[in-house]
Amino acid sequence: MTQNGSTGGMQPAWSGVVISGSLTDGVTARLDAGSSVEDIKVGTLAAIEGERMRFLGEITDVSLESADRNLGAAPPDTSDPFIAQVVSGTTAYGTIKVAPRLVLDKEAALSDEQAHMPAKTVPSHFSRISQATAQDIEMVYGSEDDQHFWIGNPLDMETKLCLDVRRLVERSNGVFGKSGTGKTFLTRLLLAGILQSGEAVNLVFDMHGEYGWRGSAEGSTREVKGLKQLFGSKVAVFALDAESVKRKRLNPDYMVKIGYEEIEPEDIQILRGALNLSEVAADIPYSLQRKFSKRTWLKEFLALQPEAIADLATEMNVNQGAMATLHRRLGRLDRFSFMDPTGAHDSVGRLLDYLNRGMHVVLEFGGYGNDLLAYVLVANLLTRRIHQRYVDMKERALSEMSPEPRPLVITIEEAHRFLMPGIAEQTIFATIAREMRKYNVTLLVVDQRPSSIADEIMSQVGTKLVCLLDDENDVKAVLTGVSGGSKLRTVLASLDSKQQALAFGHAVPMPVVFRTRDYGTTESYKSFGYLDEAERKVKMEKDLADLYGPEDE
Amino acid sequence: MTTSKNITDRLGQVVVASTTGFTAHCHELYQAPPLGSLVRCGRDDGVVYGVVAGITTESLDPSRRPMARDAKAESEDEVYANHPQLTRLLATRFETLSVGYRDDVGLHRYLAPLPPSIYSFVHLCSDGETREFTESLESLSVLLNAPNAPQDDVAAAFLRLASTTHSDPRAFLVRAGKELAVQLIGQSQRLNGILRRLSR
Ligand SMILES: Nc1ncnc2c1ncn2[C@@H]1O[C@H](COP(=O)(O)OP(=O)(O)O)[C@@H](O)[C@H]1O
Ligand SMILES: [Mg+2]
Repeated sequence: MTQNGSTGGMQPAWSGVVISGSLTDGVTARLDAGSSVEDIKVGTLAAIEGERMRFLGEITDVSLESADRNLGAAPPDTSDPFIAQVVSGTTAYGTIKVAPRLVLDKEAALSDEQAHMPAKTVPSHFSRISQATAQDIEMVYGSEDDQHFWIGNPLDMETKLCLDVRRLVERSNGVFGKSGTGKTFLTRLLLAGILQSGEAVNLVFDMHGEYGWRGSAEGSTREVKGLKQLFGSKVAVFALDAESVKRKRLNPDYMVKIGYEEIEPEDIQILRGALNLSEVAADIPYSLQRKFSKRTWLKEFLALQPEAIADLATEMNVNQGAMATLHRRLGRLDRFSFMDPTGAHDSVGRLLDYLNRGMHVVLEFGGYGNDLLAYVLVANLLTRRIHQRYVDMKERALSEMSPEPRPLVITIEEAHRFLMPGIAEQTIFATIAREMRKYNVTLLVVDQRPSSIADEIMSQVGTKLVCLLDDENDVKAVLTGVSGGSKLRTVLASLDSKQQALAFGHAVPMPVVFRTRDYGTTESYKSFGYLDEAERKVKMEKDLADLYGPEDE
Repeated sequence: MTTSKNITDRLGQVVVASTTGFTAHCHELYQAPPLGSLVRCGRDDGVVYGVVAGITTESLDPSRRPMARDAKAESEDEVYANHPQLTRLLATRFETLSVGYRDDVGLHRYLAPLPPSIYSFVHLCSDGETREFTESLESLSVLLNAPNAPQDDVAAAFLRLASTTHSDPRAFLVRAGKELAVQLIGQSQRLNGILRRLSR
């Protein structure tokens, strides 16, 4: 047996033999007598030892077969353990379906880039099949290092499953799953992975206050540490809601303010849904900008008394009702404490300062996280400007040979709010998704309703990490355009309802179901290099001792 | 191991022989081995193995049929004690199905090319021999398909007896059961019947 084939002397959990198959439909294997279908989960990675190659793929289906068509008429008395044992694997046996994805060169050395290739054929008849080994996993997904981030464990395996962060940030990515399945926890891990790898900087629009200071968890430990607590010096927290900052006695690195002067007609366009504006009303700001000035149009417009609106409408030759509605609805911006009528602010500049220094920024929305209007307005406005600056920096880098801007990953929850068909065309987020990483900016979209995201955007998402979804449309949405996607359907449907996900796409050589790495335990914090108070003291003393020598001569 | 008791037990002699089986006449009345036993006949250079598939005790002379005697006797033994000649007028015979043979090459679990000769001595196989013979169970198909034999009972009895010679009787029976399941595909009622007999 080759090095890949050995299971380190351990008996594989199950085994079987290939009996039929095709590349399009997958390979069917009959389980050996000692292996029960009950031990096998859809989504588990299987390895098939072919004559010359070792095939890897995920189990896409499990079924029961019987060698005897009359079995139903005279079923064996399986309440008798002896009879049950005899019948299992003979008269009644299990079969599994496996989608061969990759072949491993049996001779190739471990971690050799060329060690695996897409499977273009199927293993021969009666090839032995069993669960993939730790070595298979490392060969395909890499082992933990600066570039490979431990994201969880493959289904039913102890081995660490790693994600190639460099490849990950090459494209925009998505974390999907219905509410409560672990999207936020998984996203937090991805952010930590990106942070630790140094491959990119993060900007997180933290709608529900789960990433910066602390996150909430269900159950006994109601709170988990945020990125700021784990990676203090590398993370800056920006806040939007002065009220909640005061209440929670937080000490943000920067309070974000947005001047009325910073709002542009495009920003209003994407608020159409949130403000419930007609198309006509949403177009008026363009005219207003021409009428007043580029910067002051909103302030001047909002300063108008209702009576003056009618005159203005007549003067500008726009629908009077539409303008009155726009005036009334935009008045809602007044309620936002972060809106500043007095002048412009350079929140974007501050943000970029941090990002350019390699810091990761979490923007906490505080109470505004529940206000869609505020969330969409701020996230879109900041991102648009940041993107603009990145375009500038990148172009300057190209012409002047100056350094490139650091790759930036922007994380948005409830991504469909920005990426719905109809809205997507107008938001900067769609542009970023489409550009891939032309300007070194990519997205990490987190969403529970992927079917609400425009197809065109979904098809741009490089790597998808999908937790359980139960709506048929959502499942279809995440799988469209994925080669062999239909085979993943059953796999998706059989995910656990928590802390389990299916990863596929650009950064993953082969789809894989994994149990998300634990987050929230002392153990887990340690695995990120986090030291608690006492440990920190010990380390500091040691560092000092290293520096100055021991205290006592 | 309790082989010493069985090893030299000579049961009788072959009185009818064919390629598919042989019939032995017991030296002593009622001394036939139980149904399903593995027996052997012949000399070292040509042993034929058979599985007991039927046992008959009847009058030696087909024209004289036994009749009821001694209505007053207290026990059956008393009947035989009163009429010592009975043991000579009656005969016990057992029929076997040939399941294999041994020649100078080794053990074969299929029909011998030639039947044993008449008057060959028939012995009960020792535990060790039975274990060796049942390491592999190809011969089951002979038992399951034998014409004019209670196939399923013979097969079940054979396996149950053989199982006691193996170190893990249960594991042996499971293995045998799986072999049966393969041989009896499409005949789940028969399979179930045999498995029930084995599970007791
Ligand atoms: N990796 C994980 N480690 C520990 N607990 C987890 C993990 N993933 C999910 N959970 C549990 O599941 C709950 C829901 O996860 P969350 O990420 O908030 O779901 P979602 O964002 O999809 O609504 C968490 O509060 C936590 O208790
Ligand atoms: Mg969440």
